[in-house]
Amino acid sequence: MLELRSVTAGYDRRAPAVRDVTLTVSSGESVGLLGPSGCGKSTLARVAALLHRPDSGEVVLDGTPVRHWRHRAPRELRTAVGVVFQQPRLSADPRLRLADLIAEPLRATGRRASAEDRVAELADTVGLTPDLLTRRPHEVSDGQLQRACVARALVLRPRWLICDEMTAMLDASTTAALVAVVEAYRTSTGAGLLAVAHDHTLLTRWCDRTVHWKTVTEPR
Amino acid sequence: MSADTTVVEKTVWRAHGTARRSTHTLRLYVSAGLVAVTALAVLLLPPLVQLDQQAVDLAAKLLPPSWSHPFGTDDVGRDLLLRCVYGLRVSLLVGVVAALTATVIGTAVGATAGALGGWADRTVMRLVDTFSSVPHLLLGIFIVAMFRPGVWPVVISVGLTHWLSTARIVRAEVLSLRSRPFIDAAVSGGASRWRVVVRHLLPGVLPQAGLAAVLMVPHAMWHESALSFLGLGLPTHTASLGTLIQGARGSLLAGQWWPTLFPGLFLIIPTLAIAGLAGVWRERINPRRRSELSL
Repeated sequence: MLELRSVTAGYDRRAPAVRDVTLTVSSGESVGLLGPSGCGKSTLARVAALLHRPDSGEVVLDGTPVRHWRHRAPRELRTAVGVVFQQPRLSADPRLRLADLIAEPLRATGRRASAEDRVAELADTVGLTPDLLTRRPHEVSDGQLQRACVARALVLRPRWLICDEMTAMLDASTTAALVAVVEAYRTSTGAGLLAVAHDHTLLTRWCDRTVHWKTVTEPR
Repeated sequence: MSADTTVVEKTVWRAHGTARRSTHTLRLYVSAGLVAVTALAVLLLPPLVQLDQQAVDLAAKLLPPSWSHPFGTDDVGRDLLLRCVYGLRVSLLVGVVAALTATVIGTAVGATAGALGGWADRTVMRLVDTFSSVPHLLLGIFIVAMFRPGVWPVVISVGLTHWLSTARIVRAEVLSLRSRPFIDAAVSGGASRWRVVVRHLLPGVLPQAGLAAVLMVPHAMWHESALSFLGLGLPTHTASLGTLIQGARGSLLAGQWWPTLFPGLFLIIPTLAIAGLAGVWRERINPRRRSELSL
């Protein structure tokens, strides 16, 4: 279970972007979080991915309360949560070829040996041809780059996936393909999913449960 | 509002790129050509001609430029062309090594400050500000004065006083890079702090740091000359552009212009060429900022 307990977070303590949010994602469950733009969804996604320290509140992963964030978080906890961001251009290192981009988490965690097979397998899953893998981010389209970013998020087999507006920049067919990839991964591994978006139709079709931002924050 | 008061705006598109590009290319070719000539002269001439730059010929002292001595001779009859080439060799060596030293220190300090952030960043950058408040020639003189004259004290002096601007550039670049989502993605993928810096941040700042290093070479050469001219840099028997100009001061007053002019030209032309090359590079990687000469 990925639990967010009365999380308050933001970039300025006097005006937090996220106020008192409580949300639980069970293993194998997919939760859609709907909300208007600018309401703090992405900040919440960063907190859930242990990338941003909340001002108050708690994040609990399978009963383990998270005490440290970013680099200080234990590597097993950090890599238990995979993240896909909204803008593939910004979330891919412009210097890495797509194959290196996908393999990077394996190399960073000392699993270099298995990288080649795993990249080939994942490229096939997300629909990237071998010639695309040799290109750099500026040589592929947004959709192709987002496919690589999804592959990178899945490469360490995370127990939770956080998709922060993953499909906002994509066309309908790529959206469908990537949602299918994520769903196939979830059914085969039983991972939990937190999908953040402002597209109601997409979330209700994609997720087991869709919650609105207003219902997860405490009314004040 | 009536129709005849409506102002029809016309947008005139001019092909303004072409004129700028041609001066651009000219500057690139001239600078690259001069740097190539300098490099060839400095690297190939001494081993090829095998002449003794220290050969004293008192009978031929202070000869004006002629066919046998194209740049004339100095006050003890040494050939000035040869002295200038050897001097440029020493000055370039000092310039390049000092610029590299400054860049390595600056990149390390700037990357550390930028990557750590928070109070570490503030402390380091306030220290950098403190150092930059002292005029760096003064600081350089203080450092060379602690050693016996030689090449290495000059390198250390210039290297230790010129990393501040590089540190600022690298820190700013690291700060802007580290807030990008791809760093978040790397952290989430289990990358250690060290790996994020080495794999994602440093490759991103290398073009800027490299440019700063190249721009630092002419600056360091001028510092070497200034220190040697003040008698604090290289020992007077070592030919460097600074020592040559320093040694020629006396004869300039007596009307002999060549011992000062030629080392001066050897200092100005290669440094302008290197700065010009760096300027072209800067416009390539950052077209919005006009390049200026920073010597």
